[in-house]
Amino acid sequence: MTAPSDLAFLSLHEAQTLLARGAVSSLDLTEACLECIAAADPAIHAFLTVTADLARTQARASDVRRAVGTLRGPLDGIPMSLKDMLLTEGIATTAGSRILEGFVPPYNGTVVQRLLDAGAVLLGKVNQDEFAMGSSTETSAFGPTGNPWDTTRVPGGSSGGSAAAVAAGMGYFSLGTDTGGSIRQPAALCGIAGLKPTYGRVSRFGVIAFASSLDQIGPLARSVADLAPVLGVIAGLDPLDSTSQPVPVPDYAAAFTPDLRGLRVGVPREYILDRLPPAIGAAIQAAVAQFQTLGATLHEVSLPYSEYALAAYYIIAPAEASANLARYDGVKYGLRVGSMGRGADSAGADLMSRTRGAGFGSEVQRRIMLGTYGLSSGYYDAYYKKAQQVRTLVAQDFAQAFERVDILLGPTTPTTAFCVGEVSDPLQMYLMDVYTIPANLAGICGLSIPCGFADGLPIGLHLQARPFAEPTLLRAGYAYEQATDWHLRRPDPAVKHKA
Amino acid sequence: MLTPEEVAHVARLARLELAPDALDLMGRQLTAVLGHIDMLNAVDTSAVSPTAQVFDLRDVLRPDQARPPFPPELMLANAPSVSDGLFKVPAVLEAAGDGS
Repeated sequence: MTAPSDLAFLSLHEAQTLLARGAVSSLDLTEACLECIAAADPAIHAFLTVTADLARTQARASDVRRAVGTLRGPLDGIPMSLKDMLLTEGIATTAGSRILEGFVPPYNGTVVQRLLDAGAVLLGKVNQDEFAMGSSTETSAFGPTGNPWDTTRVPGGSSGGSAAAVAAGMGYFSLGTDTGGSIRQPAALCGIAGLKPTYGRVSRFGVIAFASSLDQIGPLARSVADLAPVLGVIAGLDPLDSTSQPVPVPDYAAAFTPDLRGLRVGVPREYILDRLPPAIGAAIQAAVAQFQTLGATLHEVSLPYSEYALAAYYIIAPAEASANLARYDGVKYGLRVGSMGRGADSAGADLMSRTRGAGFGSEVQRRIMLGTYGLSSGYYDAYYKKAQQVRTLVAQDFAQAFERVDILLGPTTPTTAFCVGEVSDPLQMYLMDVYTIPANLAGICGLSIPCGFADGLPIGLHLQARPFAEPTLLRAGYAYEQATDWHLRRPDPAVKHKA
Repeated sequence: MLTPEEVAHVARLARLELAPDALDLMGRQLTAVLGHIDMLNAVDTSAVSPTAQVFDLRDVLRPDQARPPFPPELMLANAPSVSDGLFKVPAVLEAAGDGS
């Protein structure tokens, strides 16, 4: 008999095989994940809402479908979690913010509906930085999440709840959102795989908007092999999102190969590996060598404008956020602070300002202020237009690099997981995303996979590819995974836990 | 360095009511971030067109067909205050005959 904790850490392929053989039921897998949540989440705090009853009901329904032969595909009966940025009909959705506390969406986001239609089992909604603004999950209004490898440290962010849940066996995969690294950075810090798809690959309908020209939904899982079927379900054109692209969705696993002959890889000259902490630099060097061992050829590439990407991002993303978050006005849904007294001609504005002053946390307020400033009269050309011009140059850098190589390799993050409370300066926190932000500005796809450890903490390898080259990206990650065992390591449940 | 007046002006534009000490901290933090952003001035962009989004998107059209709407009570269910099937907000205009 398999222990629940072993069931909870199965790969998707193993879980599917056991389900197909009748050795386990979806309810068994679901109970194993719920047991992991009960045992580990008091110390980790990945979940904001656990939907245990719903999960059991969905799991039993999947087991019935299996018995009568009406299965809906590879995710049928597989337990998952969803970032609290994604609208779930009838289930509280907060974006990690007080301003949405108690909000219950009247409909499902497109990705949520597609996963439920595919038979996936929802364990619950997971923690995140408020409105996805942060790199540590510390800006959540509902308290921070701990890293399963050391709960005194952050899991990264903003999809920190997703990464921590998957790393700790609390679900086989999760969906996160990535505006500047919010899937890839927490995946790196928690030792799992995380994919930011190409802009337009996955519908954004029903995801709470942060920066609409940069946001993209993507999967986090314990291996690249497990990411592929999830992307296959959520990707594709959606009439409800006019930026989703009519590009056919391939069978991503069909591109998997044991070696990487014919693949051209490059490490951008600007990613100066010997300026990284030595253990991270060495892990990236070793990963590059592993790619060559697998048959890939290494080529010289350069991204000269990448050093300006972070500065451009911190004009563009806050500008878009300042417009998107204008909807939180204390009228239609969410928090309301202030009087309904009539008469004063500024009553409406007062109600809105008081609600937003009380309901948004300080990081969200800072970004709204920054965005409003960059768009305001007299500063628009100097900041917003300038940043958009630099964005063009960042995108051109990638286009030129992808004429020479198929995959760019480098670190996902400049450090491993830092301690809760360690990074208090906003600018220092922004620099945590220095390697991931350029991909969002350029709209390309990016993947983080585990490639080593430093002092017991995971190191992430960042792979980037041209738009809609997810098959190449996943093929590269899969082959690396087959040649290494970093993705098979699990956090010790008895590891350092606070208090 | 952003002046306290500039910070207060932006907070007003953004409809954020901030306490005086929060405004002060906000001013210092925004100044630090803008100081980093000023590195963009080193880039010559005189011949570069701006990118608002990455694809050459066109208008996406669909047939103008009526579809069943969400029921009004569902749309109002999350509102902090409703009245007679409507969102309730503070009055912004004096009702006729209200005096003053």
